[in-house]
Amino acid sequence: MMATNPILEIENLSLATSAGKSLVTNVNFSLGKGESLGLVGESGSGKSLTLRSILGLLPRGVEQVGGAIRSDVRSAMIFQDPRGALDPLCPVVRQLAEVVYYRQNVSRKASRTIALELLEMLGLPDSLKQKDRYPSQLSGGQCQRIVIAMALACKPGILLCDEPTTALDVTVQKQIIDTITRLQQELGFAMVFVTHNLAIASTMCSTLCVMKEGQIVERGESLSLLQNPQHSYTQMLIHSVLPLPELERGAGV
Amino acid sequence: MKTALQIEDLTVKYGEFTALDKVSLAIQPHTTLGLVGESGSGKSTLARVIAGLIAPSDGQVLLGSQVLGKKRSREQHKDIQMIFQNPDSSLNPKHTIRQILSEGLLFHKVVDRAGVEQRCKELLDRVHLDERALGRYPHQFSGGQRQRIAIARALSVEPSVIIADEPTSALDVSVQRSMLELFSTLKSELNLTMLFISHDLGVIHAISDIVAVMKQGQLVEVNPKDQFFSRPETSYSRELLSAVPKMPISITTGGLS
Ligand SMILES: Nc1ncnc2c1ncn2[C@@H]1O[C@H](COP(=O)(O)OP(=O)(O)O)[C@@H](O)[C@H]1O
Ligand SMILES: Nc1ncnc2c1ncn2[C@@H]1O[C@H](COP(=O)(O)OP(=O)(O)O)[C@@H](O)[C@H]1O
Ligand SMILES: [Mg+2]
Ligand SMILES: [Mg+2]
Repeated sequence: MMATNPILEIENLSLATSAGKSLVTNVNFSLGKGESLGLVGESGSGKSLTLRSILGLLPRGVEQVGGAIRSDVRSAMIFQDPRGALDPLCPVVRQLAEVVYYRQNVSRKASRTIALELLEMLGLPDSLKQKDRYPSQLSGGQCQRIVIAMALACKPGILLCDEPTTALDVTVQKQIIDTITRLQQELGFAMVFVTHNLAIASTMCSTLCVMKEGQIVERGESLSLLQNPQHSYTQMLIHSVLPLPELERGAGV
Repeated sequence: MKTALQIEDLTVKYGEFTALDKVSLAIQPHTTLGLVGESGSGKSTLARVIAGLIAPSDGQVLLGSQVLGKKRSREQHKDIQMIFQNPDSSLNPKHTIRQILSEGLLFHKVVDRAGVEQRCKELLDRVHLDERALGRYPHQFSGGQRQRIAIARALSVEPSVIIADEPTSALDVSVQRSMLELFSTLKSELNLTMLFISHDLGVIHAISDIVAVMKQGQLVEVNPKDQFFSRPETSYSRELLSAVPKMPISITTGGLS
């Protein structure tokens, strides 16, 4: 599955602890402009480490021991825990403007204007324009919107998403997913989307890679992968999705 | 039939903040009531009041026909057991599984000393763990296995009501599924009366007979499962159900059998 004119190519990526324990083995994938690729699998399968290595942000104690990552565009990342990704001591609009200032090389005044535009784009409350607030004064969903705004301030060619909605309530999750989908259509960035939720992955991404114990065990176009899974692990993941009956139309209004 | 558990006008305040606002609810014997709601809606607070871990500012909890007062008797404590999201909160890391399971058996005199070992083995068998687990410590088990041990511990004292607060939320999907299968089996084999709390509507669908929806400290809907999932009564329930991400294909193999 090679994208034509890829903006990201990962070839035989292998990661291990400094003590030599293998964590990720021979991972290959590539990504074309504006494409979305989903990495799915259970906890510990190596999704986050793979994502972090694209950004060159491996945690201490983990090293790349093989393979190559080639990319000619900027990447930015959003995380599962939006509060943890923000500075608790700095008001959010100021944090956002700061990122714009350093990443876009514009004046202080322009950086604030751009920050306010980003707020609007992310559907954050207008009141933030008058009165800035600390992360603790915003909901989890609002913090995630700030984190996404900060990622977009880097004008990324690739948005790396590490379970960005896992910690959020289901209604907020839907809003964030709808927002990311809309922004991708508007701005055209590519995405690597990490999640353990097959429904989200297959809705957001045209291609899925299933990871297990540090390896990609199966990959394919999202729909056909779900319809015709070959690997027993993929079958098990699909089998584990708890189905809900259809809502009858017009009920509850 | 009598209600197994009845909650009348429960109000809980944390300082100025009202976490539960005049909540009333009845659970019939041998049924599972699934309580769903967004984070902060008051689900765990309700569980803690019923289990007697916090006292309400107002209202009361009835177990059968007994009112459960501020000071509960040993027997009343035994009768309502809790299972938490994090099994470690009920498993002493310094105790072997044998010690963990015998403690309640002896304290509540469920069996005599000579019968403890046999009962411990039966309990492990109930939750599909090998009896060799008895000599080991909690950290030697996976998260899913520790949750099974916590369930065995809760069952050991033969409670009449089990409260499970997000017991599968920290588990991987495959482990979650086998845990739900275990709960279903226990439900039918032991005729459990259960309050099962989850923010995950898929989980609630898999386990509940009746569904209750909580929002900002109030119950907004209580209905039989089938009605709730296809014809919810309130727009809030509908909003929750519509927000659940859907698979692009219909899954015929999924669901608990
Ligand atoms: N800093 C680290 N040091 C050692 N092992 C690590 C470190 N970070 C992650 N790992 C291990 O690498 C494996 C993959 O982790 P991760 O990529 O976070 O999984 P996932 O995101 O799929 O849940 C896990 O077994 C994890 O324990
Ligand atoms: N010990 C406490 N002190 C103060 N506020 C609390 C305490 N426990 C819970 N709360 C608050 O009460 C509300 C309900 O909490 P909880 O019952 O844990 O909700 P849920 O389990 O539905 O997520 C939340 O707003 C929470 O912040
Ligand atoms: Mg991860
Ligand atoms: Mg809770």
